[in-house]
Amino acid sequence: MKRDLAFIRKVTDEVPEIYRCYQCLTCTLGCPLTFAMDLHPHEILKYVQLGAREKVLKASTLWVCASCEACATRCPHEIEIVTLMDLLRRMAKEEGTVTEQGPVLNRVFLEAIRKRGRVHELSLVLDLKRKTGGLFRFDKDEMRFGLAMFRRGKLKLLPRSIKGTDVMKRLFSRLEKER
Amino acid sequence: MKIGYYPGCSLESTAREYDLSFRAVASKVGVELIEIPDWNCCGASSAHAVDPLLAVALPARNLMIAEAMELDVTAPCAACFLRLMEAKKRMAEDVSLRKEIEEILGRQYRGTVKVYHPLTIFSQATIKKKVRGAVVNKLKGLKIVCYYGCYLVRPPEITHFDDPENPMIMDKLIGLTGAQVLDWSWKVDCCGGGHALLRPELVEPLVNEIMDGAHKAGAYGIVTACPLCQSNLETRQKEPKAVPIFYFTELLGLAMGLDKEAKGWWKRHLITPKVVKTALG
Repeated sequence: MKRDLAFIRKVTDEVPEIYRCYQCLTCTLGCPLTFAMDLHPHEILKYVQLGAREKVLKASTLWVCASCEACATRCPHEIEIVTLMDLLRRMAKEEGTVTEQGPVLNRVFLEAIRKRGRVHELSLVLDLKRKTGGLFRFDKDEMRFGLAMFRRGKLKLLPRSIKGTDVMKRLFSRLEKER
Repeated sequence: MKIGYYPGCSLESTAREYDLSFRAVASKVGVELIEIPDWNCCGASSAHAVDPLLAVALPARNLMIAEAMELDVTAPCAACFLRLMEAKKRMAEDVSLRKEIEEILGRQYRGTVKVYHPLTIFSQATIKKKVRGAVVNKLKGLKIVCYYGCYLVRPPEITHFDDPENPMIMDKLIGLTGAQVLDWSWKVDCCGGGHALLRPELVEPLVNEIMDGAHKAGAYGIVTACPLCQSNLETRQKEPKAVPIFYFTELLGLAMGLDKEAKGWWKRHLITPKVVKTALG
């Protein structure tokens, strides 16, 4: 395993406290989603310390983590594990090592805000389906929930834009320029 | 008391009954809600995961509008609440970030706005007294557990909400209705709401565990204070043991005898609470 110093530097720039981790496992023991992770949170910490860039950025952990903050709240060394996860997710996206669908939700969600300033839930679901290639492939449960929600007046049918959409466009185009 | 109201995107749609019941109960105890004009989405965890500046700028615009109206802000959605609190903290700590955001948004920010979750508002001594006084219909015999989820209590250094492992603020408030609030161990466990749209296979075990906890405690239903928790628990739990999932404002309203208004809340539930009939009958 190659020790990637540039990777370590990039991480410690934003989350300098990662070296405080002494593998007490509090993060992993309280994490509700370890059953679906290939690397547990304490292992992510260790591999980051070791500079194992590829191993970390390809971990399913990044896209299974729900950012519930239980780990960071309980960490005895106050390591900002969720900030670390956000950073690793961004790095994985930049390097194109993402194999999961996590970023699709973020993209669709933010696109809605850019366009209208608010998220219209029904459009969000339809856009997500379209982007993940399954517009006409709702499973049985999804159909059931969707119809039940519609019948009970829980679905606002038409999206509405805020007046300040020009500000949203300015904000998002500024971000694109910086990247 | 007058306060700026930030409903957030869910309360316009899937959590309409949270919006309606919050407005009804607030007006009953003399809290005047003034919806922040032209509010925008807080960005939720998506902005947070994609860009740190965006994660602050989106909620900051809402704080700026409220500030110009000299109003504090209340946000019923736990995710919105966290994002507004975090934006406040980041803008106070990082002057250059604040200046950059002020320039992009074309608005000034002084940092005078306070952000409250409705639970905190109803628990303030003077308002709590009014809540107690407004209870006409004791929900005696109703066994219930309170579920707080993640973003009200975590990260505690941002939300400053209550004990992050064993919050009691909702338990005490719901206790005023005469309902029997039970002890249980899943108050702050994650329901996986963020994965509800794309990864149901991740969400199911989390919801099952929380529901098992509620069944073991002997609860007739679960009280929530977040639209994502509520819809996630309501839609993903398993028949035939399915129980109603309430918003805390609905139970307060029920106890206050807001029966006419309440009809518009209950009809929006996927699992219709039978307790409504029992309590009213």
